[in-house]
Amino acid sequence: MSKKTLIPIGPYHPLQEEPELFKLYCDGEIVKDIKWETGYNHRGIEKLSESKTYEQVFFLVERICGICSNSHPFAFANAVEEIANIEITNRTKYIRSIIAELERIHSHLLWVGLAGHFLGYNTVFMWAWKYREPTLDLFEMITGNRNSYGMFKVGGVRRDIEESKIPVIQNVLDDIKKKTDLLAGAVMDDPVIHARTKGVGILTLQDVIDYGAVGPTARASGLEIDVRKDDPYAAYPLVNWKVITAQAGDVFAKAEVRLLEMYESISIIEQCLAGLKKEKEGDIEVKVREIPEGIGNGRAEAPRGEVFHFVMSDGSTSPVRHKIRAPSYVNIATFRKSCIGQTIADATISLAAVDPCYCCTERMAVAYDIHSGKKILNAEELISISVKRTREIKDSD
Amino acid sequence: MAASLFYFFVFPGILFAATVGALLSWFDRKISARVQFRKGPPLLQPFYDFFKLLLVKETILPKQGSPLVFLLAPVLAVFGAAMSGVFILLPLFNITTGFRGDLLVIFYLLTVPSFSYIIGALASGNPLAAVGGSREMKLILGYEVTFLLVIAGVIMKCGQHFDLNTIIQTQQDGSPFIGSVSGVILFIVAIFCVQAKLALVPFDMPEAEAEITEGIFIEYSGAAYAMIKLAKYIMFFILPAFIVALLMGGFNLHGINILWAVLKVIAVVLLLTLIKNTNPRLKIKQAIKFFMIWMNLLAVIALVLIAFGL
Repeated sequence: MSKKTLIPIGPYHPLQEEPELFKLYCDGEIVKDIKWETGYNHRGIEKLSESKTYEQVFFLVERICGICSNSHPFAFANAVEEIANIEITNRTKYIRSIIAELERIHSHLLWVGLAGHFLGYNTVFMWAWKYREPTLDLFEMITGNRNSYGMFKVGGVRRDIEESKIPVIQNVLDDIKKKTDLLAGAVMDDPVIHARTKGVGILTLQDVIDYGAVGPTARASGLEIDVRKDDPYAAYPLVNWKVITAQAGDVFAKAEVRLLEMYESISIIEQCLAGLKKEKEGDIEVKVREIPEGIGNGRAEAPRGEVFHFVMSDGSTSPVRHKIRAPSYVNIATFRKSCIGQTIADATISLAAVDPCYCCTERMAVAYDIHSGKKILNAEELISISVKRTREIKDSD
Repeated sequence: MAASLFYFFVFPGILFAATVGALLSWFDRKISARVQFRKGPPLLQPFYDFFKLLLVKETILPKQGSPLVFLLAPVLAVFGAAMSGVFILLPLFNITTGFRGDLLVIFYLLTVPSFSYIIGALASGNPLAAVGGSREMKLILGYEVTFLLVIAGVIMKCGQHFDLNTIIQTQQDGSPFIGSVSGVILFIVAIFCVQAKLALVPFDMPEAEAEITEGIFIEYSGAAYAMIKLAKYIMFFILPAFIVALLMGGFNLHGINILWAVLKVIAVVLLLTLIKNTNPRLKIKQAIKFFMIWMNLLAVIALVLIAFGL
């Protein structure tokens, strides 16, 4: 039995934009085991949410993730509207879908760039991010913000997309389509990219089902899973589109799925814009008096997969329980399958291929004693454990 | 003795080669930036980088590993690079004629920086550096044979002469070797070897930022890292110059021809930069395969062509 070396990826590492720690136990260059440590980024959003009013929660959940900052409000809105049994107007549906799809475009472009960077292909990195820029400008025009748009509220959206803005959006979309063609050509036809990504980090259909993966990670392995189709919401049942899947399950398939999804997103937006023209301008909200008692489940398809929000209301102005499950939470578990047995070079790109988002994923667990029903690890105990552990690490030096 | 010291430290040794190398590395960065829609650094940025590391930044020594070897390795790298620089540049600038067989000395000296990096990486005791070091070792095994075949091809082309001066003279009296089919093939192979020697993408796996965070250099900081930068600057000039000497007719330093000499070096650097910016990083296994099979095959084809006088 040879000795395994520990190759740490994190807590701070160029591969990831956020703090997290992957411990790769390697034999030479081959990864034999992987351990994942997180907890660097916990902010207690679910608990915070219970102290905010429904209107304020939108701004809070928007800040869970900077990249998919629209998917959380979307899922939350779906949940709250289920409780209050609100039927939103068609115009609202279209605007919500337009924003969600624009976000998918900018998120996927961001991923393509980062994936290029991780492969050492900095030209793709810079190009993809440059092409992503007009999308952010569009957001600024439509919502007033480049990121964290603040568009959603219970029963509607905050701003309308006026008739005069539609041609501008259309122009940018045409431009993005051209740029995507160029980028897709550069990525899909490059023989060296093929050599680096094909057959790397393969997840079979069975793996994906076993681990419960969602989003492009699952779709790249041939699993046709998409909340927009499975549990239609907003304008998705009103427009024509298809779920993109690939069969190979490797890094290349994941890139392929994301690039092709961008074309679908563009087509969805175009249909939504056409739909907008039929609806009355300014009809973007329904008045909501109060949120009654009840529970609501909201789902939305974020760029990374399904976002799930569970909201429990007691009829007051703020939720009594708000549970969030982000896509990365399930997708990250697949690393055990995709990384073990690969070389370090392959493992790193496999890690990046699910487009993990750690701040969405951080959780804190509270333990209760099963007999007495008392909390067994309260704040003081946790702090004392942490202090003890820090001392141990310091002394072991 | 004084002349030798001058050759080594000032011209064409450390000072001159490093200055030109730093300017070339600015050129490389600027072109990369323009290719990527960025603005790029100012002309003196490589010097700022170097002096900041040398004078301002603290040198942190790793607790594990051997500090002496760790610190000596970058110095060794600079000496290796400067020595090979002297042997390449003296005949190239037509200062001395060198000696019989200096080509093989250059060949060996050019590997010294790479080996120094490996020694320094292994002395740092960092697991990421160890991975980087093992990758660098494998990479050397990959490209050195190929590089030797290129040099063998050049020796055959100039009629079994082992010294750089004769090779340059032969080309200047006749025509540059790159003007023939075998010359072009040798040039392609040589460019890829230099790409790997300089650890540029697609052969930057010893440093691979997103995988092993600069790998072999991860523990270096301050003055020690400045030495590595210095060695890299020198290599960034002398390797393209070496290609110019071997295949592109060397320098002719009379009047307008100086411009030609400069352009030749810049053309080679530009080629390296463009390859760097249009490829992702290969895996180490793929890189070795690339050299062992494809590049060696090309080099052998070139040798056969030379034997037939093409």
